[in-house]
Amino acid sequence: MQDLHDALVTAMSLMLGLDHDLLEIVAVSLRVSCTGVLLAAVIALPLGGALALLRFPGRRLLIVLMNALMGLPPVVVGLIVYLLLSRSGPLGPLGLLFTITAMIIAQCLLVIPLIAALSRQIFEDLWGEYAEQLRSLGAEAGRAVFTLLREGRYSLLTVVLAGFGRAIAEVGAVLIVGGNIAHHTRTMTTAIVLETSKGDLALALALGIILILLASVINALVYFSKDVVEHYTT
Amino acid sequence: MQMNGASILPLRLMDVNYAVREHTLLDQINITFMPGVRTVILGPNGAGKSLLLRLCHGLIFPTTGSITWMGKGADGSRRGQAMVFQRPVMLRRSVAANIEYPLKLNHVPRTERTQQVRQALETAGLMALAARNARVLSGGEQQRVALARAWVLHPQVLLLDEPTTNLDPSATRAVEEIAGTFHATGTKIIMTTHDLSQARRMADEVIFIHRGCVLETGPADKFFDRPRTEEARTYLRGGLL
Repeated sequence: MQDLHDALVTAMSLMLGLDHDLLEIVAVSLRVSCTGVLLAAVIALPLGGALALLRFPGRRLLIVLMNALMGLPPVVVGLIVYLLLSRSGPLGPLGLLFTITAMIIAQCLLVIPLIAALSRQIFEDLWGEYAEQLRSLGAEAGRAVFTLLREGRYSLLTVVLAGFGRAIAEVGAVLIVGGNIAHHTRTMTTAIVLETSKGDLALALALGIILILLASVINALVYFSKDVVEHYTT
Repeated sequence: MQMNGASILPLRLMDVNYAVREHTLLDQINITFMPGVRTVILGPNGAGKSLLLRLCHGLIFPTTGSITWMGKGADGSRRGQAMVFQRPVMLRRSVAANIEYPLKLNHVPRTERTQQVRQALETAGLMALAARNARVLSGGEQQRVALARAWVLHPQVLLLDEPTTNLDPSATRAVEEIAGTFHATGTKIIMTTHDLSQARRMADEVIFIHRGCVLETGPADKFFDRPRTEEARTYLRGGLL
């Protein structure tokens, strides 16, 4: 109980005092997760659409694979990216290990299957409704993917948000490929792990509270921006 | 009126069968659609009218038999035809943007697009609704948008699949008037309906189908005055088939 009270007090004072270290950590977290998820969305949304609309060899296998990889453990992704980027790995010469870029790559890979698998289902449902109409109007499947991307934008945005939730909350991948280096690759989640292991539970919990608040604010912004967009486009 | 080069008509269906698993849904269909006249495909629900139209449009393919555009311009048969569905799908955008969509798909230059959208809006009486979100319009308004959207590329053939089934009388009349206007500009109209009075109003030529078979084809007045088959006589009397 005392810990929780301390945590709340610490969290408030950190936030109200705009603690420099805290802001730095928040900035790294946001930068990594936002960039990683945006990249993942750019790749995974058309992929989801293609899996739903196009027929090509290996399609079913890819669908099963994406579905299975939705629950990919972050530490495993971290480990794989670590092996790829480490000095002796195939991408070692790029010198990306323990950088922000490495963390973005890891989170991007982590989220791609989730966005692809969930969006495929949305595309498939939409296609059931739109297929004959779009084909009649002259849109072949490749083109229709982009029409449906627009038609399903709100459902697909929710999928991207789910991806963001997974990215901002994970610790395994960024810890392994980022290294939790102070003032460089330390994120909210890796800082929480560190403070917990040091025994500073109050600070760890305070960071946790801030993380939850941050994720809520971002979700709220996206949710309400949808209403604003809808209001101005109709 | 601008038409896209040589005619794609006539359209000939030869020995067309359409079956799903063991069930024959269309049986030995032989029809030739000629330009100029308004053809109404008439028959009770479940007769196979929609299937026939979708086969003609190339959305589905016959199990056996052939469907051929016989005209000199047959190479352009894809763009030369358009279809309006019983329940049209409106894209989540404005009425004007819905009508512009097929123009974009066909790479029509922007300046031309604006002008053609305007023309289609006027023809379908939609100018006042141009900026509205198409998804929230009434059924009748949506069907008018679908007509304008199908017609905006000036197809030679317009396939209408029970376009007024879900509409009230005034919306039905609006749709029939728009179809009449398209016909007057030289577009071949092929329409399905189970509504006898609509068939009387719209048809130059009737194709009567029942249980997947064509029972009668011919000029509308002849069909309505002297139907040759017992099924057609029953249907025209309003009896159950």
